[in-house]
Amino acid sequence: MYTKKRVVAMLLAGGQGSRLYALTKNVAKPAVPYGGKYRLIDFPLSNCTNSGIDTVGVLTQYQPLVLNEYIGNGQPWDLDKMNGGVHVLPPYETQAGASWYEGTANAIYQNIRFIERYNPEYVVVLGGDHIYKMDYSKMVDFHVANNADCTISVIDVPKAEASRFGIMICDDQNQVVDFVEKPKEPKSTLASMGIYVFSWDKLRKYLVENEEDANAKRERGEAWSKDFGKDIITSMLRDKQRLFAYEFEGYWKDVGTLDSLWEANMDLLSPSVPLDLYDPSWKIYSRNNNMPPQYIGDNANIENSMISEGSMIDGTVDFSIVFSGVTIEEGATVNYSILMPGAVIKSGAVVEYAIVGEDTVIESGARIGKSPENVENRDDWSIAVVGHNVTVSENKVVEPKQIIGESI
Amino acid sequence: MSVNYNVLGLIFASMHDSYVSELTKQRTMGSIPFGGRYRLIDFPLSNMVNSSVSEVGVITKSNYGSLLDHLGSGRDWDLSRKKGGLHLLPPYSQTGGIYKGRLDALSNVWSFVEHSSAKYVIMANCDVITTIDFDPILKQHMKSEADITLIYGKAHYDCEKNASSTVLEFDENSRLKDVLVTPQISGECNIWLEMLIISKEFLKKIVFDAASRNQFSFTREILQGKKDEYNIMGYEHKEFFTRIDSIENYYLANKMLLDTKKRNALFKKEMPIYTKIGDNGPVKYGLESNIKDSLIADGCVIEGTVENSILFRGVKVGKGTVVKNSVLLQGTKIGNNASVTSIITDKNVEISDEKVLTGSETYPLYIGKNGKI
Repeated sequence: MYTKKRVVAMLLAGGQGSRLYALTKNVAKPAVPYGGKYRLIDFPLSNCTNSGIDTVGVLTQYQPLVLNEYIGNGQPWDLDKMNGGVHVLPPYETQAGASWYEGTANAIYQNIRFIERYNPEYVVVLGGDHIYKMDYSKMVDFHVANNADCTISVIDVPKAEASRFGIMICDDQNQVVDFVEKPKEPKSTLASMGIYVFSWDKLRKYLVENEEDANAKRERGEAWSKDFGKDIITSMLRDKQRLFAYEFEGYWKDVGTLDSLWEANMDLLSPSVPLDLYDPSWKIYSRNNNMPPQYIGDNANIENSMISEGSMIDGTVDFSIVFSGVTIEEGATVNYSILMPGAVIKSGAVVEYAIVGEDTVIESGARIGKSPENVENRDDWSIAVVGHNVTVSENKVVEPKQIIGESI
Repeated sequence: MSVNYNVLGLIFASMHDSYVSELTKQRTMGSIPFGGRYRLIDFPLSNMVNSSVSEVGVITKSNYGSLLDHLGSGRDWDLSRKKGGLHLLPPYSQTGGIYKGRLDALSNVWSFVEHSSAKYVIMANCDVITTIDFDPILKQHMKSEADITLIYGKAHYDCEKNASSTVLEFDENSRLKDVLVTPQISGECNIWLEMLIISKEFLKKIVFDAASRNQFSFTREILQGKKDEYNIMGYEHKEFFTRIDSIENYYLANKMLLDTKKRNALFKKEMPIYTKIGDNGPVKYGLESNIKDSLIADGCVIEGTVENSILFRGVKVGKGTVVKNSVLLQGTKIGNNASVTSIITDKNVEISDEKVLTGSETYPLYIGKNGKI
């Protein structure tokens, strides 16, 4: 016996995050560390809890070990419930055979039975790789008030960047009239945030249709896809369904690339960025690792940085995000960088404009990254990245833009 | 580590509350904040959990609201269990009033102890801070066939500075020879850490015997009174420990954590100290922050200078403000251009801009809970 839930959330967490390279070698993208003590998935999960959504399906596929362990029973997000709660939903085998999730729409299609147990009126579809604080219940209210079939959360982006996103063209009632994926000449600046509210009966109908249609195409040897933006939204628009754009105001960042992951972390240090991690009314929850408070030593010099529990800092830290259990020895320098959990920066090492992965050791005298002001060709500059569990030996140099996944 | 159903832990959450009356005005000894993010009970409780003890009773006396709030169902210590787990044992007036001593308290909660399937009982207070593995002590206790094994540590004792201590003397076979409560001596002594191991059967005998004679003090009636009759042995805990027996020692115990050797002895990777999760953000250091030799818990926002201090969760230090040699409990807010030296602020104290407050190392200034200056 399952209790009816008005809203069920489905979180797409299967992405490989291939553009994050070394950081997602053994870890699904939603489990990538962010902001000193969080992982990306903490944001949608905390948003669900804070929005009163207590039933969440997490669709996993790529390298799920760390992510599954992290989600556990969902207790850190208050999602360990008798009815509902968080459920990790990997692909599975049936009498008809086994199949991987073949796209975002197919992942939900394969879990229709999970959703139907709760007999919901609305299904919220979320991604696992965006940084934002959002009250989904307001978006559901907006969806209901408009008698919509599907509501897509959008954000106004600068015109110059609009061609990087899926762009919604709306009428003056916020009803979506057209949707174009990464247009060369964007007709609007309203970008889809990959957050959808569907009336479940409608979504179900379109998921089944897309599945049958795509499978038929595959049999005929034609191109097919089972994707939300590409297939479901397009079909609903074609059928003149009621699609609405819900404009979100606030901080939202896609962290699909190493550069954007670095930027999103640096944003936390900017007083002009409206992302408050200290607001008691909208906490971002995360799994705690029981470490003592951080110790700042006699030789430390810390300015404009965020540092987390269990760290031991005796060096210089400026404009950086330091995760839990990090050691920065006396005489080490860390500027404009992100040090993930358990990283060790030995005495005399210099880390600038870089991301250093979990449990990675930077030995004395090693040099990681460089300030863009100190490189000849500034257009070719980018941050340096050292992956997880790697050792950079004494006096070795990792140049800007270099990505290291193995010990050197 | 596997679960040991053979041992029951008993923690006395209110033992010696009166030593630190400032801090226990609205709480028990066990719920006194310590070390930036902990409460004193986290240490004995985590020690038991890390020693595979899966069933713990917490004996409370009065003022235990904050303790209930802290412990909840015991989930943060992994003690929210179907078999065993955490049990809060508030007083109920069988003997007409509040306990006068350990034996009295045990008699009151005996039905809980009786109900446990454990064969041995480990007891601890909250005023001793240390990280200890009970497993080897339990093994020694069984091997030596002692009636009681007392856990002690060697430390310099000074009758002028230590408000109360129980000093133990053993013969060459580690058998208890003498027990002195707050003796007028100074020097290195065996200080009882007020932890012991005893079989449930033997404990039952002494608790019932004491109850029938209206005796309540374990130290006086058992350790001093029966030391020749019972086989009472000692186990020396050779690692760092400290006791909270005055507000000055509370201040010093917090500051001891700035010593990396002592900190590492208390916070071991393989024996983590668990506590209630606060879900605070990381510490945020501002543009003109300047931090030296300090222990800082999550959720703090620091824009000024902090030296030789312990900052608990969610403390705010404004621009131009200087904090030195201080212990600032959870939620303390200090405005801009203020200066505080050698002070202890209890929870949610607010100190406004430009204020100057100075205590001394030997007599820190204490500002009570929710105080506004």
